This record gives sequence, structure tokens and C-alpha cells, in this order.
Amino acid sequence: MTAQSTPLSGRPRPRLSAARRLRNLLMGVLIALSTVVVVAPLLLIFFYLLREGLGAMNLEFFTRTPAPEGETGGGLLNAILGSLQMLAMASVLGVGVGVAGGIFLAEYPRHPLMPTVRMLSDVLAGIPAIVMGLVAYGLIVLQFGFSGLAGAVALGFLMIPIVVRTTEEVLKLVPVTVREAGLSLGLPQWLVILRIVLPAAAGGIITGVMLALARVAGEAAPLLFTAFGNPLVNLDPTKPMSALPLEIYRGATSAYDENQRLAKAGALLLILIIFATSLLARRASRRR
Amino acid sequence: MNEPVRPRPLTRAPLSARSDRTFQGLILALASVIVLVFVLSVYQLGRESWPALREFGLSFYTERTWNPVSGQFGAAQMLIGTLVTSLAALVLSVPLAVASALFVAEYAPKWLANPVGYLIELLAAVPSVVYGLWALFVIAPILGRWQQGFFADPANVALYTRCQDLWNSGQTTLQCFFVPSAFDGRGLALAIIILTVMILPYTASVARDVIRLVPADQREAMYALGATKWEVISRAILPYARAGILGGVILALGRALGETLAVAMVIGDSQEIIKSLWGGASTMASVIANQFGDAQERLHRSSVVALGLGLFFLSVAVNFLARVVIARLTPKGIQ
Amino acid sequence: MSTPLLSAQNVSIYYGDKQAVRDVNLTVQRGTVNALIGPSGCGKTTFLRAINRMHDLTPGARVTGRIVLDGEDVYGPGVDPVTMRRRVGMVFQKPNPFPTMSVFDNVVSGLKLAGVRDRARLMDVAERSLRGAALWDEVKDRLKTPATGLSGGQQQRLCIARALAVEPELLLMDEPTSALDPASTARIEDLMTGLKQVTTILIVTHNMHQAARVSDTTSFFLNGDLVEHGATDQVFTSPRDERTEAYVTGRFG
Repeated sequence: MTAQSTPLSGRPRPRLSAARRLRNLLMGVLIALSTVVVVAPLLLIFFYLLREGLGAMNLEFFTRTPAPEGETGGGLLNAILGSLQMLAMASVLGVGVGVAGGIFLAEYPRHPLMPTVRMLSDVLAGIPAIVMGLVAYGLIVLQFGFSGLAGAVALGFLMIPIVVRTTEEVLKLVPVTVREAGLSLGLPQWLVILRIVLPAAAGGIITGVMLALARVAGEAAPLLFTAFGNPLVNLDPTKPMSALPLEIYRGATSAYDENQRLAKAGALLLILIIFATSLLARRASRRR
Repeated sequence: MNEPVRPRPLTRAPLSARSDRTFQGLILALASVIVLVFVLSVYQLGRESWPALREFGLSFYTERTWNPVSGQFGAAQMLIGTLVTSLAALVLSVPLAVASALFVAEYAPKWLANPVGYLIELLAAVPSVVYGLWALFVIAPILGRWQQGFFADPANVALYTRCQDLWNSGQTTLQCFFVPSAFDGRGLALAIIILTVMILPYTASVARDVIRLVPADQREAMYALGATKWEVISRAILPYARAGILGGVILALGRALGETLAVAMVIGDSQEIIKSLWGGASTMASVIANQFGDAQERLHRSSVVALGLGLFFLSVAVNFLARVVIARLTPKGIQ
Repeated sequence: MSTPLLSAQNVSIYYGDKQAVRDVNLTVQRGTVNALIGPSGCGKTTFLRAINRMHDLTPGARVTGRIVLDGEDVYGPGVDPVTMRRRVGMVFQKPNPFPTMSVFDNVVSGLKLAGVRDRARLMDVAERSLRGAALWDEVKDRLKTPATGLSGGQQQRLCIARALAVEPELLLMDEPTSALDPASTARIEDLMTGLKQVTTILIVTHNMHQAARVSDTTSFFLNGDLVEHGATDQVFTSPRDERTEAYVTGRFG
């Protein structure tokens, strides 16, 4: 042992050159700074809306419709109720088709239509929301006029691929042996899927649905030519309907201070709802 | 010997493989709605753009004039606007996004990485219209102040006058391209800025996921050679994660191409040739948002839908590109 | 001896082009425990899963030959695989209780999900099955708690109880103790002898000693062939085939 240490100690020790050390440090600092730049807009937007919008979020904001142009006061009750109605209707389409599509992809991988459905679902996920608005316009509005239902269909189309993907992913997390155990009991496959596999994946599916809802709740583009907007409270899905993102868009591009003020408060409410939904969904998926 | 009992009918439900076929039929019917939505989309967009495409042919997408008054419609200017804004936003956002992904995955301690990851996910959840509102009310005035400051200098005013002559004749130079042509902050530059912010979280979260999947032995092998942290990142991690990051970048491109309201609110809705970074422009999506509602003329309306059809196929193409890139570039031996 | 409960005649099983099991002929008598042994990949699990038509769900899998259960061809025309599986129970390598169900619901899931609503009968079946699986005393006070809260050994006995609850004529066990500790393994081995009173067992095992301890007959598989089939004593003490001898004496595998 001691005999070997002599030649070793004679070798030059490798040293980290100053240039390498400096570059390492510099890149670390740059990376940290970039992260600050990436995250900063979120905080800037949030505090801007908090400062500008919180004051306008009073009782009137939740209980009144927008005041006529040029007048002060009013609220976004029409938009809040419109968004709720359209999201509920969109969920029927998005969850019904989305969960079924996820089941189809995860549970019937040998079906000849499986690759087609998988591919088209991915393709739909990439179609811009405004284009879906044009499609829903052509499908519904051309015949029946602007309506909350048409808006909900556009939003539902946008939800479908998101729900399909998460449903498929969480169903695949349920071990194959759980399915086999069900089948070995002499249960038909449909009962195994509905009563054993789906309940086991329910948490993940709910998370996916919530994320899909959070995503489409903020969409204004597909509603422009479908739900169109409505200054009044409307509970009839066959009539034009307002939505929070629509009012934000109209208010922000309006010349009137009052409309801008409502838009900022609406934007604050919208991102609060969306953030809460996203965080809840994440927490739900964490716990599993 | 004990004789096991033969099963008696245990249930009321018709539990047989036949009931499976019924259920599979039901699921298939619902899943087919996905196919139906795609087919209906192509059909609707195709049918409604037909008048414009019949009138102008495929040169609709290469012709530069968009004039509702004279009934001349060519989408080239919006196609360019779409590509310019998206690609510029991509170039600006990718280094930032990858850096933030590296920070979360490689540098930050867990107590910091998790909240930063959260915030980046929330950024992705902010609606387009809220970004637009913020850009309009906060960023535009800042840019506007800079533009007004620019004109405080008489030499710059002279430069502006020279450029304006060029612009009026439909030309520009590199110098003039950076001369402000507006005073309110709105225009191409603001659209690029807000698009950059909007697509950052997409690339960042894909890049983070991909970087986290880089096997530990790749890192350790590099460290064992005496590499610094940055050398491990640049020579082991990034090359390994390249394909996945590129896939994420292309998906972000898809987002940027179709991003509508934030862009429509700030870009200044001009269908003329882009002459200045600070001037008005338009993208395919912004024109749909700004003009479809007002388009009374059949040809105008049809031309707007034809923009949507173009956007549709552009998204499909980008989606396929992303798949091909991920499949091709993924290092061998990775599933 | 009465007619065998199960007889396999020239059974071959393919995955795509690859043949996993070749020309197996085998009979199983009622009320016995029968072990399938052999090195991994020898086709014993593949053969076991053919009996309750689990391969119907595997892409590319094909079964030829005849498997006759109590006089009925399992793969005969017009035979419904779902109805067939109802007559054959199965216990898997790893305990796989249904994750969202309570202990009670797991045991009676075969009946309850199939539409049996009669509480008294379900309770009766649950108790009988849990006693059959030697689990009753441990879980009788926590029937409503989630099944995933049980220990691994308890979960596996729960899975046995779940299989017993539908009163199978034949119980297939696919290395049921391979994921368990020695104490839990011993409990399940003890259990099997008693289970002969209510059903017939076909068990795949890696563990030769387990086969020797619990089974009446033993079948030795190698590379997809059934090399030797006979009374357990005979197979272990005086095997007819030298490959069997090599295996049971631990010289390979």
C-alpha cells in the first residue's frame, strides 16, 4: 500500500480550469435568471388583476348585468350564469364521448378502428379553438342561429380529446391482473370495465375532466360566433348567451372605462376559478 | 369423493359474451363521435370555404391582397404574419423554457422546484383573453412610451419620414424595419412578446418531463469523468433529451399558430405587407376573430373560413411533424 | 375412478407464430390437488390460462386441441367464454383484490356484480368463502374496510375466498405464493388440502417442494412439452424421464 502512494503523489493533480469553473457558474446564474423571467408574467398578471379588479368585485358585480355603454355600475351575472350553463352542457358531450373514447382506446386495443380513433383524437387536440368555433358555427348557428348550445358544442369538442387522453392513461394504470381477476369470476368484460376498472381509475378521470373544464372555461374564441354573447341573463340554451371570457374580450377592447373595469374584475374571477380548479385537480391526482 | 355442484343460474342479468358485444357497440358508437367531429370539421370548413377557393383557387394562400371592399382575397399576408409571430415567439421562448426546465429538474431543491413547477403549470392555464387584456393594458403602454420617446429626437423623426416614404411605396429596409410606425405600443412586436409568454409554459413543462426521464447513469457517467454541472447538462442531458424537447417545441408551435384572442387584441389588425416590427399585422387566427363576425359579403365570409381551413391543416401537419420528430430522434433503446 | 373433471387432449397453444405449448394430454380427477411444475417459460402458466379461456383476450394467442371440463368442450362451438369462466376460479401470482372495494364486496363481487342482491345470501356466501380461505377470523370485524388495507398474505387469501364464492368446479392457481413471505405461504399450503373438499385444484408452482407437499399429482413441463405426468410421489421419487429427474433433483432449472 505505502509503496504505491509514492508514484501517485508525484503525478500532477488535475485541476478545474478557471474558464470551466466560470462557465459553470455563469450558466447556473443564467438558468436561474431565465426561470425568474418565465415565472414573472404569472405574478405580474395576477397582481395586476388583483389591484385593478378586486375593487370592482362587489355585490353588484355578482348580481347585476352590465350597465348600458357610457353608464356606470353593473356586473357580470349574465356572463357568470352563461359560463356555468355552457360548461355544464359541454361536460355532457366532453365527458360522455371523452370517457367512452378513453375506454375504447384502453380496453379494446385490438379493435381495427383503435388506431384511427387514437390518431384523430390527437389531431383534434391540436386544432385551434377558434377553428372549432367556425365548425360549430357551420353545424349549428347557420341553421338555428346563435345559441348557448352552439357555444357548448364548440367547448365540448375542445374537451373531448383532453378527456380521452387522461382517461386512457389512467385506465392503463389499472393492473391487467385486476381485469383478469374479474373475468376469472365469470363476469363479462363490460361489467369488469364498468364496475371494477372504472371505479379504480375514477380519481384520475375526475382530475382529467377538471383540467379539461379549466382549459375550456377560459376560451372566448370559439364562443365569438356561437354563443355570441348577451347583455342580459339568459337561461334558455337556444338563445344567445354570454360567458366570462366573452365579456372580458368585449370589455378589454371597449373604449369605455366602465367596461374595462368589469373586464378586469371578470378576468380576476376567471383566473381565480381556473387556478382553483387546476390546483384541486392536481391535488386530487397527487393523493392517488 | 365430493362431487362439486354444477352451477345454477346465479343472476338475472344476461351475463354472456353477447352482452359484451352490446357494450362494445355502445362504446364504439360514442368513440366514433371523435371520428365524426373530425369528418364534420373538414366537411364544414371545406363547404364554407368552397366559394372562396373556387373563386381564387389555391392561389388564395399565396396571393397578398386582402381587400373586402374590392372583393380581393389572398391569405399570404396572414400566413406570413402567422409564421413570423409564431416562429419569433418560438425562438425567444425556447432558450428560456429549456433553462427553466433545467432549473426545476436539475438545480432547484425540492422545496423550490415544486412551487416553480406549479407556477409554470398555472401559466399554461391562464386564458388567452386574459393575456390579451394584460398585454393591452400593461405592456402596450410601456412600448408606447418607448415609441414616443423615440420621436422626441429630431434625428429619429427624420429617419421616420424617410422610412415612411419607403413604406408608402410598399418597401422597407432593415433599418426601417426597426423604426416604430405606431405610437400606442400595439403591433407585431407586442404580438410576438405576448405569444412568447404564452407558449413558454408548454415547452417548459414538456422539457422538464423529458429532462427528468434522462437516466441517472447518463449523468453519473459524465460526472465520473470530472465534468462540471454545466458540462453534464450540455453534453449528457441535453443531447439525450433533445428529441423530446424538440417534440415539445413543435407542439408549442402548434399552439402559437392557432393562438387567437391575445394576438387579435394586440396585433393591430392590418392586412398590409409587414413593413415594421412595430407596425400592425395580422395572423390567420386574428383575422378570423376580428372579421368573421362582420363579414356580410359571401366571398369575404367564405375567405375567412378558408383561413380556418388553412389553419386546420397547418395544425394537423404540425401534429404529425411532432410525432415524426419524436419517433426519429429518440435515442435508440428508449421506449 | 369416475370420469375425470378435466381432460386436455392434444392441446397446443400459439402466440402468433411461436408455439408455447405442444400437444399436451392431461387429466385431472375431482377433489384432487394437481401441480404443474417446470422452469420459467416452460408453458405451464400458458397452459393453465387456456383452461378458463384467458387467452381469448390476448392478441394473437391461439389454442388447438380439446379441453373438456366435466364433459363439455371448453372451446366448443356455442360455448360462451363468460359462462365457462364462471365454472373455473382463478388465483393469480400477485394478490389482486379489487382496489376500490371493501373486504366483503371483494369476496362477493362475483355474485354481486352479476346481479345478486339478496343480502342474507351474500353474507352467508361471504362467511363460508372466508372460512374456506381461513381468513374469516382475521377479517370478520373489518368486512367493510378497504381490501387494500390487508397484508399481502391476507389479500391473497381474500382472492382465494373471492374465487371460492362463485363455487367453481375447478380452481386454477398461478404461483399463488410466489409473492408471499414463508409464513403466509405455509398458511395457503395448509389451506389447499382442506379445499379439496369443495373443489379441485390445479396449481402452477415454481417451488418443487410446494408441489411435493400439497399435490396429489404432478406434471412436469419443459419447453412447452408435458414431459411427465403422474402421482406426485412417483414423479418425485422415481421419475420415468431423466429430464424430470434432473429437474426434481435440482440439477437444472
